[in-house]
Amino acid sequence: MNLDFWISVAVLAGIYGVFTLGLQLNAGLTGILNFGQAGFMAIGAYAYGLLVVNAQWNPWAAVAAAVLAAVAAALLVGLSSLRLRTDYFAIATIAFAEMVRYTLQNAQFSGGNQGVLGYDTAWRGFADAVSSRLSQADFGGHSQLPLLVLVWAVFVVLIIVLTLLERTPWGRILKALREDEDAVSALGKNALSYKLQSLAISAAIAAVAGVFVALNITYLYPSVFDPNFTFFGYAMLVIGGLGSFAGTALGGLLFWALLEGTRFVDLALSAGQQASLRFILVGVALIVLNRVRPQGLLGDRAGMVAGR
Amino acid sequence: MPGSDDTAPRADLDGARLIASPALRLAALMLLIYTALIALFGPIPATQATLNGLVSGTYLGLGAIGLTLVFGILHLVNFAQGDLLMAGAYATILTAGIGVPPPLAALAGVVATALLALVTEKLVWRPLRRSGAGTLQVFLTAIGLAMVIRFSVQFVAGSQVRSLGADVVSTVGLGGLRLGLMQVLALVIGLVVMAGVGLMLRLTRLGKSMRAFSDNAALAEVSGIDTGRIVDLTWLVSGSLAGVAGILYAAAIGTINPNFGVTLLLSLFAAAVLGGIGNAYGALAGGLVIGLAQDWSTLFVNARWKPAVGFAILIVTLLFMPQGIFGQARRRS
Repeated sequence: MNLDFWISVAVLAGIYGVFTLGLQLNAGLTGILNFGQAGFMAIGAYAYGLLVVNAQWNPWAAVAAAVLAAVAAALLVGLSSLRLRTDYFAIATIAFAEMVRYTLQNAQFSGGNQGVLGYDTAWRGFADAVSSRLSQADFGGHSQLPLLVLVWAVFVVLIIVLTLLERTPWGRILKALREDEDAVSALGKNALSYKLQSLAISAAIAAVAGVFVALNITYLYPSVFDPNFTFFGYAMLVIGGLGSFAGTALGGLLFWALLEGTRFVDLALSAGQQASLRFILVGVALIVLNRVRPQGLLGDRAGMVAGR
Repeated sequence: MPGSDDTAPRADLDGARLIASPALRLAALMLLIYTALIALFGPIPATQATLNGLVSGTYLGLGAIGLTLVFGILHLVNFAQGDLLMAGAYATILTAGIGVPPPLAALAGVVATALLALVTEKLVWRPLRRSGAGTLQVFLTAIGLAMVIRFSVQFVAGSQVRSLGADVVSTVGLGGLRLGLMQVLALVIGLVVMAGVGLMLRLTRLGKSMRAFSDNAALAEVSGIDTGRIVDLTWLVSGSLAGVAGILYAAAIGTINPNFGVTLLLSLFAAAVLGGIGNAYGALAGGLVIGLAQDWSTLFVNARWKPAVGFAILIVTLLFMPQGIFGQARRRS
């Protein structure tokens, strides 16, 4: 068990923690069941990758465009589907995410299953420079360390910003929507508009996570944005606690430590069986947690009525 | 639900009569499209695509019945439905693998899937309902359950591609049309089972009770239907039909892996939503429409876009007629 391995686990926890912050805002705070988060992440990642590779955009401009593309998709999905019942909305968002993935898999512009390559030269250059500085300081050899610091810095900033937003009148309206949409509408607030804002912010966050995914893997391919990752996000959400942004960090760390750390448990099983067993554990954890402690480890009890 | 009309509830449980005219109109529309396709592409390609579509329509329709009944009766969006299909196919393959003759193995597969569905009710769903769970909890539990089923099968059987071991090479030719022997078998069995299910729902006491429950649980309960028993039987029916659908899929496609159920899930949703959630006849019709639409689309665009057609129909139906093509299922949120 070496440090590099745990650094890569912490990178995953951070990336999908950021991703899950959006779900927390939607499901935990606003009570809208967005199951299409992997689709928004895919749009962000591919927008970034394609703009840098094909259009030679500056990476920073490409990140901004990726966020805008995901927000545009969220507005499209939200305006058309947010009026649906909670469960129908959830199904519609899964269908949206699957359409995104199928398009990326089969269309010309996205390179199909071969994916997009070569969007990360600027980042690699920077990361290598940082790494070589670190090795001069006798802390080198950990190539993932720069990404770890970047991801977790952004993660922590987002947690703080979202927690502050939650305490504003705006955040209280979102929470009120979760509890009783009719009451909020009766007070003259435009429920659809607030839900749309919640979804758009969540998609923007997913796009940032998508850019991180792109930097973490060396090329983009569609199956990284399988709807399963949305489900993983919800698993982190439930572990960490519904309605708690800080809990998302705990949920992300616990989830990925369990998922990846169990690689080292020697069970005399084939690699495939070990992998299957890990996913069975995720499934059992989802079933048991939702039954026994639906509010999660750090969640507040009031948060569990989301979508009822 | 916004947008739905508030006409007086139609109390008759005779769903067949209720849908008779929309069903006829739907059949007429499908025939019209088929005729148009003959005019556009010639009789052979159009008929070939239609036959292929009917094959997939049977397993989609039978698979979607469980989804729609469980949703109608328990308000449960069963994300594990696709994986139940997969479990049925694998139970059959594994049983056949120990030397049991294929028809018996298929029967064992169907029974095993029905029991699996019942076990999920007893171990997971009933306790969760009693605890008064919210929509998100139910969703996540269903997703967890789907993972447990899928990866348990993968744990036992591995992730490699498998087949029913039956003859998948022989084809039946008829004047330029070609259909695999197993596809013909799947089509015939599928249509027979569909007709049987339709008759069961229409004529038997169980079928009427299930439809009554799915239509209006409170009303069904006051008219003296035993809730617990109907719920259990619904799971058994849903599970066995999922098993049949999974086996038909394996027979028609030839090779499967443990992921096939989850990839079919959205097409099953599309069939259930198109037919009107809670409407079992609708699910059968919806399955056929989705199957036909997907295979007809291959006449226009590359076959790899087939699943996307299902997603598109699902989204369009949800947005523009969430009550489905038969439009009579008025749902409360």
